[in-house]
Amino acid sequence: MISSFPKLLNATLITLKLLSVSLILGLFIGLGFAILRMNNNKLINKFAYGYSYIFRGTPLLVQIFIIYFGLGQIEYLRTTFLWVVLKEPYWCAIIAFSLNTGAYTSEILRSAFQTIKLGYLEAGKSLGIPSKIIFTKIQIPIAIKQSLPAYGNEIILMLKGTSLASTVTLMDLTGVAKYIISTTFKPVEVFIVAGGIYLFMTFIIHNVIKYLEKKYGFQT
Amino acid sequence: MELLYFGDKGWGDELFFATLMTIAVSITAMIIGFIFAALFTPLKLSNNKFLNSIGNAYTTVIRGVPELLVIYLFFFGGSGAIMFVASIFGYNDYIEINAFLTGSFSIGIISGAYSTEVFRGALQSIDKGQFEAAKVLGFNKYIYFFKIILPQMLRLAIPNLSNVWQITLKDTSLISVTGLVEIMRQSYIAAGSTRDPLFFYSFAAVLYLMLTFLSMQLLNRLETKYSKGY
Repeated sequence: MISSFPKLLNATLITLKLLSVSLILGLFIGLGFAILRMNNNKLINKFAYGYSYIFRGTPLLVQIFIIYFGLGQIEYLRTTFLWVVLKEPYWCAIIAFSLNTGAYTSEILRSAFQTIKLGYLEAGKSLGIPSKIIFTKIQIPIAIKQSLPAYGNEIILMLKGTSLASTVTLMDLTGVAKYIISTTFKPVEVFIVAGGIYLFMTFIIHNVIKYLEKKYGFQT
Repeated sequence: MELLYFGDKGWGDELFFATLMTIAVSITAMIIGFIFAALFTPLKLSNNKFLNSIGNAYTTVIRGVPELLVIYLFFFGGSGAIMFVASIFGYNDYIEINAFLTGSFSIGIISGAYSTEVFRGALQSIDKGQFEAAKVLGFNKYIYFFKIILPQMLRLAIPNLSNVWQITLKDTSLISVTGLVEIMRQSYIAAGSTRDPLFFYSFAAVLYLMLTFLSMQLLNRLETKYSKGY
């Protein structure tokens, strides 16, 4: 149990790397699709809705498998520079995670944008502030504050989601845990250590979000 | 398209039965989850600190640890635990538990943690006066719970329970690592033997989308049915 601890800690680094990179990429994707969702053009709107519907309606495992096993099958892709990225399980996992969390983030941000009181926008307009600045300086900060609690949940869900990287041969925390279990046949002990590390990370994320909510939260 | 033909040539019938298996596992897991929720919701609401912390530990641990890790625990640890119990009674042969049972049980525990939170929230948002009135009027325990509290609780819980159902349905894809032949495992087998993973995994995605879409339609109907009365 103790001897497996350093190995698991090493693997935690990979888990954290996967999590942070895909969260950052996912945030941009989510913001992009949230803006598309609020577009008045029906076609663009439907496209953004379809994207989030498909990624939220299918298991993350299917998404990873399509990207890792499926895309390699297209001959054309193998000749392009994309193949450099797509042959690496690490990047495939990151693409799948970012697209997945992007879909959830877009829903969170969309509902945050929609709950912004019209009065704020009208006040901005009547003060003669250009709409670009209204968007970046009024809408985005309010939306970020509104969406913090839901986004905190999404970060924790994504942390758990990164465990699926182990299905495409990546040795993240779950992957190493499974390897140790299958070689030592001590499932309970390994579960306690690996589960404890995950719980510790959830605990920290939870408290950071709580702190941010307190710091940036406001009364409306 | 001939890959989807029914019979020996295509994978249509295999995928059809795999879909049925996914539905069966999801429903079983959901029911097991309800049993866990029925056990742990009272604990989470209890005033006793010890019982309360047991309830909290269950929901915190299960919701904070990846589903895959829980599945591995039961997959590798399940038969060991049962063999240990059996050895106390003098039975020392190897016992292998059914993949369906391990799968539904581990997903059931996960789904139970989410259901517990949903039921707790629903119970807490029922007006206190309802509990008091029912007690003051001297209803017996059966009527108190099944005729007064439960109907109000279900009305509040059903929208969130349909979320839990979606999570559970998607989580069943993870059981494929234990070898249970549901949609994901069947697609894996089909992809391996036809060397056409793109087609089969995309088709699996379509199957899951169909399942989530159809179950949402059903659950929305249920929701409107139960939200009557106010």
